[in-house]
Amino acid sequence: MNLTNPQFNDHGELIHLLSLEGLSRETIHDILDRAVPFTALAECAVKKLPLLRGKSVFNLFFENSTRTRTTFEIAAKRLSADVINLNINTSSAAKGETLLDTVDNLAAMQADMFVVRHASSGAPYLIAQHLAATGRNHIHVVNAGDGSHSHPTQGLLDMYTIRHYKRDFTKLTVALVGDILHSRVARSQLHALVTLGVPEIRLVGPKTLLPAAAARMIEKGPLRVCHDINEGLKGADVVMTLRLQNERMQGALLPSPQEYFKSYGLTPEKLQLAKPDAIVMHPGPMNRGIEIDSAVADGKQAVILPQVTFGIAVRMAVMSMLAGGGQ
Amino acid sequence: MKIEIKNGRVIDPASGLDRAASVFIANGVIVGVGETAPDGFTAEGVIDASGSIVCPGLIDLSARLREPGFEYKATLESEMAAAAAGGVTRLVCPPDTDPPLDEPGLVEMLKHRARQPGFAHVHPVGALTVGLAGQRLTEMAELAEAGCIAFGQADVSVVDTKVLLRAMQYAATFGFPVWLQAQDAHLARGGVAHDGAIAARLGLAGIPVVAETVALATYLQLAGETGGRLHIRRLSSAAGLELVRAAKAAGLPVTCDITTQHVHLCDRDIGFFDAHARLDPPLRSARDRAALAAGLADGSIDVLCSDHTPVDDDAKQLPFDEAEPGATGLELLLPLTLAWAAAAELPLTTALARITSDPARILGLDKAGCGRLAVGSPADLCVFDPATRFTVSRERLKSQGKNTPFLGRELSGEVRYTLIDGHLAYTAAL
Repeated sequence: MNLTNPQFNDHGELIHLLSLEGLSRETIHDILDRAVPFTALAECAVKKLPLLRGKSVFNLFFENSTRTRTTFEIAAKRLSADVINLNINTSSAAKGETLLDTVDNLAAMQADMFVVRHASSGAPYLIAQHLAATGRNHIHVVNAGDGSHSHPTQGLLDMYTIRHYKRDFTKLTVALVGDILHSRVARSQLHALVTLGVPEIRLVGPKTLLPAAAARMIEKGPLRVCHDINEGLKGADVVMTLRLQNERMQGALLPSPQEYFKSYGLTPEKLQLAKPDAIVMHPGPMNRGIEIDSAVADGKQAVILPQVTFGIAVRMAVMSMLAGGGQ
Repeated sequence: MKIEIKNGRVIDPASGLDRAASVFIANGVIVGVGETAPDGFTAEGVIDASGSIVCPGLIDLSARLREPGFEYKATLESEMAAAAAGGVTRLVCPPDTDPPLDEPGLVEMLKHRARQPGFAHVHPVGALTVGLAGQRLTEMAELAEAGCIAFGQADVSVVDTKVLLRAMQYAATFGFPVWLQAQDAHLARGGVAHDGAIAARLGLAGIPVVAETVALATYLQLAGETGGRLHIRRLSSAAGLELVRAAKAAGLPVTCDITTQHVHLCDRDIGFFDAHARLDPPLRSARDRAALAAGLADGSIDVLCSDHTPVDDDAKQLPFDEAEPGATGLELLLPLTLAWAAAAELPLTTALARITSDPARILGLDKAGCGRLAVGSPADLCVFDPATRFTVSRERLKSQGKNTPFLGRELSGEVRYTLIDGHLAYTAAL
């Protein structure tokens, strides 16, 4: 049995970003601090920095995602890295090359970083463990979303956004609304929010979209499960809406998108229960009229587009921290 | 060949014997246990068991040999070597081979292949339904004649409860026991880990405890209806154990086993997606594990088995949810039983009963003297060193399956000699 966290080396330094679980408050703030100057870069005429010059970043997407891949690509290019995009739309179950064979082949092409998206929870861990077992820890792995487990750069950009608008995490009430059961975004947010000292986190959704052990997901986390969205939103400082996947809108989890919107869709009326200065976030892409009303999505409390902008800066911070030679 | 095993500490769980003695063997049968040889006995071979324990050969109620059909995972030769090295002299193999054991010819072939000196006795469980598909009954009487000791479905559920009732009725007609794993196919569908806090945190699809209890409640009621003997294999939860306890208290002829993995590990041992901990049924919570360990100690759980399942590296070195469930176990059954006994502070006579006399009773072979050291018993014995520690490693394992969550664990209980029908099937290298 291997119970050691593969994202740290023997000295406890972060060598891969696989999950926000286990990251200290200082490390999270350090990454967010690094991202601050990168947000200003967007205003400059020349948007490039030489921090990853000569390095090869492989975007290894076993599951389609144009948006996330693009933001990683932009982030890497702004750091002057060479970016190679690979869409591998075959599961390893489908007689193709195995995941680790793919990794070995790309590692042989002198990769410096793998940005991995995979439909199976834990797939980037397998890659990191394999690299460690074969003495190739100099290749960094960034998890760009694995199954329902983790999407750490999304979690970090969400923390960046909250810090930008709210400053102090230790006085906030945060509500996560929607499909928490299948959400890697929610799991990443939860680890970060707990670590950053948020005193009240509410998980809002129907029982079919919450893990059976939702309240115990994170040890000693101040998690509260609310099936009533009114109770969940009351007095909240931050409302995180989660995307509902199409295939889950009708069937054994939910009867219809209409009924979901009626019970859990974020409308201006429901949002009034939150604090007047509450911010509304969404990891995108949004389903308007299902998890969020257009009036809210386009309203003045929404910070959904700033999230996207911050996302590039945060990904630059992560990549430069892991592979930028400790600048 | 007449053999004397001397200078050992002889433990026979069935009779409660635990003392220094010799075991005398002639023509594959035990002819004496004690200080002095039976009249006219002259040993032609002597085994020095100094510092060792001599006990009945282990009986493993669940060991996949992977033949026929999965020879790339294991062969009869490799797994019989593993059994002998583990002190296992008799084993039961589930019917989920390819093709499944649903025809007498397949069973006869397997029995024939396994009938070699130094090979453990093999008792196949025949398929309860053709192709394990849960639709048509197999020719159970024919299969029993070919050597099947019970009928079951391996890990596959019979979804149609009417077929299940008919199959159990038919088996009961002939007095054949039915062996089932309690897992509701629908409730378990898509799941890969215990539906608890760990799976929730790791984003792994859960298999809830009700998947076990719903199926178990159905099986127990059907068994009550048919009057047949039911053996529940690989129980995994505290709630499931309570149902079995209640059924036993009500006088139902039901028995059950758990695996060495489930008595030692829980869902926490998944760690960071360690596919070695991908098992079927899933490792449950720490509380479930503690309840199972206690149930095994008090006898509510009849037997501890290895659930030996050789899985090739290609099928294990995959993301957790894609990895094939299962662990190699024949060679760890004894060490893990000893580790459990030490943790539970149980006398060895009690602990060893769960892997010798208790499984013999479930197989109905106790009356033939199996699983015990009585005069007239088949000379199936295990001589092991209870003290010396060793570390579980891929290199040590003789099984073709090298994957187990216990790799790297320090254990004791190294087998020195294994005798099957009086043949020396295994001698440890010095």
